Parts: sequence; structure tokens; C-alpha cells
Amino acid sequence: MADAGARDSESGRVRLAVPRGALLGDTLDLLDRIGIDTTEVRENDRKLLFEDAGIITMRPSDVPTYVESGAADLGITGKDVLLEQAERELYELSDLRFGRCRMVLASVAGPDRVEEARRRLGIVRIATKYPRIASAYFERAGVQAEIVEVRGSVELAPLTGMVEAIVDLTATGTTLRENRLVIRDEIAVCTARLIANPVSLKLKTAAIDALLARIEATQVEDTKKPTAQGPGGQEPAAGRRGSNEV
Amino acid sequence: MAEWTPSGTRDVLPDEMRELRALGERLRTVFDAAGYGEIRTPALENEITFSRDGGDAGPAYRVFDEHGNVLVLRSDMTVPIARVVGNRYADAQLPLRFWYEAPAYRAARPRRGESREFMQAGIELIGAPAPHGTVEVLNVLCDSLLAAGLTDFKVGIGDVRLYASLLADYGVDERQRVRLSRLLARHDFVAVAEALQRMDLSAADAELLASVPRIHGGPEILDADGPLDAALGDLREVHAALAPETARRVIYDLGLVRSIDYYTGVIFQVYDPGHGQPLGGGGRYDNLLANFGRPLPAVGFALNVERVHIALTGEERIDG
Repeated sequence: MADAGARDSESGRVRLAVPRGALLGDTLDLLDRIGIDTTEVRENDRKLLFEDAGIITMRPSDVPTYVESGAADLGITGKDVLLEQAERELYELSDLRFGRCRMVLASVAGPDRVEEARRRLGIVRIATKYPRIASAYFERAGVQAEIVEVRGSVELAPLTGMVEAIVDLTATGTTLRENRLVIRDEIAVCTARLIANPVSLKLKTAAIDALLARIEATQVEDTKKPTAQGPGGQEPAAGRRGSNEV
Repeated sequence: MAEWTPSGTRDVLPDEMRELRALGERLRTVFDAAGYGEIRTPALENEITFSRDGGDAGPAYRVFDEHGNVLVLRSDMTVPIARVVGNRYADAQLPLRFWYEAPAYRAARPRRGESREFMQAGIELIGAPAPHGTVEVLNVLCDSLLAAGLTDFKVGIGDVRLYASLLADYGVDERQRVRLSRLLARHDFVAVAEALQRMDLSAADAELLASVPRIHGGPEILDADGPLDAALGDLREVHAALAPETARRVIYDLGLVRSIDYYTGVIFQVYDPGHGQPLGGGGRYDNLLANFGRPLPAVGFALNVERVHIALTGEERIDG
């Protein structure tokens, strides 16, 4: 660890915290596009530290912890994680646009039990893996809520009558539908974000700016794709790759 | 179960204490040589003393005394020293130079290893206007970090007025300026860019305003012309007068923000690769002294002594 830190500091190399799980595929695709070799990461499910690529892998909710401490200079994680850990001292640099999900309020199909509990009991019970996002949402709405924190399948909680509704992240809505839950409100739209340690951002500016510029270039390419087919879009990119190889 | 200290507080045992003492000694030598005199003030102050300018980093702990008055544990040494100047130095010759090494008390946010009580070492220079007062304090800051034994530190320098005045130039109203500064204080560049895009600005202007807080680097960034030209005046004056040893440590940072409300001009923050969070900072607070009956320009800095100590061990590991 210590020696690795020394090399990184001297050469201005950055260490990137990469989320395992749903965001991993798109994250590695992005890294490939900006010229970071991810072959080793793709081939190793269990290895955590990839010194040559400057990558460490972890669960998404741990990414802010490593970045805030400076153990990683940069990190990629979902906006849902950042909202839930809003007190972290780190910089949110860029919206990477992939991993798009919605944070929603959902309850069992039929009459809205949230509304009934609010009116008749004065308090609503909400199960969630995101207690801070859920509390903030109900505070804004002026509704008293009892937040029940669960770790696993949140959908079970309203089906068993333990709570009136859930606050959870959904990408396609399939799991909600399969459990007869309907979306009652959208709390936030969450995409993957690039975050930075505050000290690294100031001390490793050149390396971080270069990486950001390459990421922004891929986003410009993506926005051009639908309109500029053929000569405008694909071919010059292929041409560039060719000339690099020469 | 055994009794432990409250969360966010800790005991310091002899091995660490010896190192902290030695570090404090090295800082003291620099402060003394620069003509600063040590000052001590009570940990408890009247609530009114701190009530005007606190910001997020204001006092968090209040107690009643035996007469029902509210006392607070000081959240920094700058405000008590401003009070001392109003109380005790009404006719003194200016400028006044003070240094201190003393604990301060702030709220610890939940679920984090934050300190409620932390040791600060710093200086306050009172009655010395910009830019020369600022330059003196920055030079002492760099001298003290070098004396502490740090070799790789940098000092970020910005101006609290810069972004707000730029936004005003572009016709952004006050309510939205406050909102943007709040997002900037949270370091959320994505939200800043989104908020600007929703405002009544051309796409090019929104993009420019979103890019400014990201600009940091050497003195070349002070050459910017156009809308930034006027806002950079104070930073240019500081740059022109810095000692060469200080100048090579400086990063000019157009997006620098601090969590304390009393700053009025140039602000600074200390970075070192040996620690993941800033080691300290400071800046100009030209309006604070007026609260205590002496409207004087002032500037100072405070270092978090424990973080400097961690950074020293961090640098030893890196260089070791």
C-alpha cells in the first residue's frame, strides 16, 4: 500500500475506485474507451486491487469512503449512493449518464395505503435501504414517517403489511411489477457520477483533467452518434484508431 | 462496560503527545520569529460573541451558567481574538499580531470519524489591509509548514467574492446566486451545471459559468481577460508580492470555498499528499472586527495540528 502510494504521488498517476455490481459493465466499457486497459479486471472476479491499471474495485456504497479518505483519487458510483451519503467531503465532477435509475415511492397496487395511513394514523411506515433519502423526502413533503431500514428485498415489507410503502431504486420497474407494487412518486433520477478526493483534485490536476477531457470526448461522441451516421460519426473514429496503431 | 470519552473526542498518550509537542514547538518558533505574540482565551464564550458570523462551522455546544446565561464552546480562535481586540486594544498601535495553539469545538456529523474537539495552531494579523497583510500571512503559513517538516504541501488561494460577482455580472439574481454558492460549497459541479442550464442564460454563458469554479492552476490563470478580469484583481496583487518560496507553493483556485461565513476576500486552504483532507486554511475577514467596535481589516490562518501530524507521517510513508 505505502509503496503504491509513493509511486502514484510522484508520477501524478491517479487511482480509481470502480463499483462492482450493476454499474461495473458500463464503467469498464467507459474505461476501455478512454484508454485504460481493463482486461485484468474483467478476468478477475475476486481480485480487488489492480496496480497496473490504477483500479480498485468495491461495492458502490464503499466508493465515497475510499475517495473521501484519499485511498482512491477518483471514484465512480451512483447518484443514489451520493445522495444517501451527502455529508462526504468530496467533489462530484461529472454525470457519466449510464446506470440510469429512478428513486421512487412505491406501494401495493390498489388504494394508496400511504394516504390512508397519513390521514387516519398520522404517520406512515416506510421500508428502505436509503433511510436518509427517504427521511428527507417525507420531511420535504411535511409527512411524518417511520423509516424502517432493511438490507435485502425491500418489496417484501409492504406485501407482508410491515410498512405502507417503500422508497427504493428501480431501473426497469420489473421487480416492482412482479410484486404487485406501483410507483406513487418519483423522488430522484440517479445516474453514475465521477467523484474526486478534494486534495487529489488540487494536487493531481493534470492527470485528473486529462482523464476528464477523455470522458467528455466520449460523451460528445455519444451525443453525435444518432445524427451523424456514416462519414460524420463512425469513420473518423475508426480512422483515428488506425493512425494510432501505425 | 468501561467508560470511554464521548464520540469525536479522544485521549492523547505520551508517545503521540511528545510528537505533537515537538510539532507545536516548531510552529511556535516561526510565529515568534515573525513578530507574533501568543494569546490564550477561554474555551467558553458568551453566545452573543459567536452569534453574528458562524456558518456551518459555528459553535455547536451550548451550556447555561448558574445565572441562566447561555455560553458556547468556541468553534475557532478567530472570533475570540476579534473580541479581545475590541475589549483590550482600543488604542493600540497597528497592526496587531497574535498566535495561538488551542482546542476548538465543532459539531461532528453522524456516522463519521469527525472530531468534536480539535487542536488548532494559527495566527491573526489585525489592522493590516490587503494585499500586504494577506501576503505576510501566506508567507508565515508556508514558513510554518516547512518548519513543521512537510515538503510536498501546496496552498490553494481563491477569493470568496469572485464567483458571486461574476454571476451578478451575468444578471443572475441574488436568490439564485445563493443557491449556486450552496451547491458549490457541497462541491457538486454536476448540480451547478444543471442549475445554470435551467437559468435564463445563453448556452455559452451557462457553460462558461459552470467551468469557472473548475479553474485552478499556476499564476497563468490570473491572466484571464474578459468578464473575469476585474474579479481577479486582488489575487493578482497578492501574487505580485509573494515571497518566491511561497509563490512556488501556490495554486490559484477560482472555485475555492470555505465553510466559515466571516471571510470577505482572499481565502486559502492547505493541501498535502500525506492526508486526504485539507490541513487548514484561512483568509481575510475585513468586517468581523466591526462587530466588536473596531472596524479593522484582518487576515489569519489556522492549521489543524492533528491533521498536520497525520500528513507528516503520511509523507514519511510516501518518501520513506
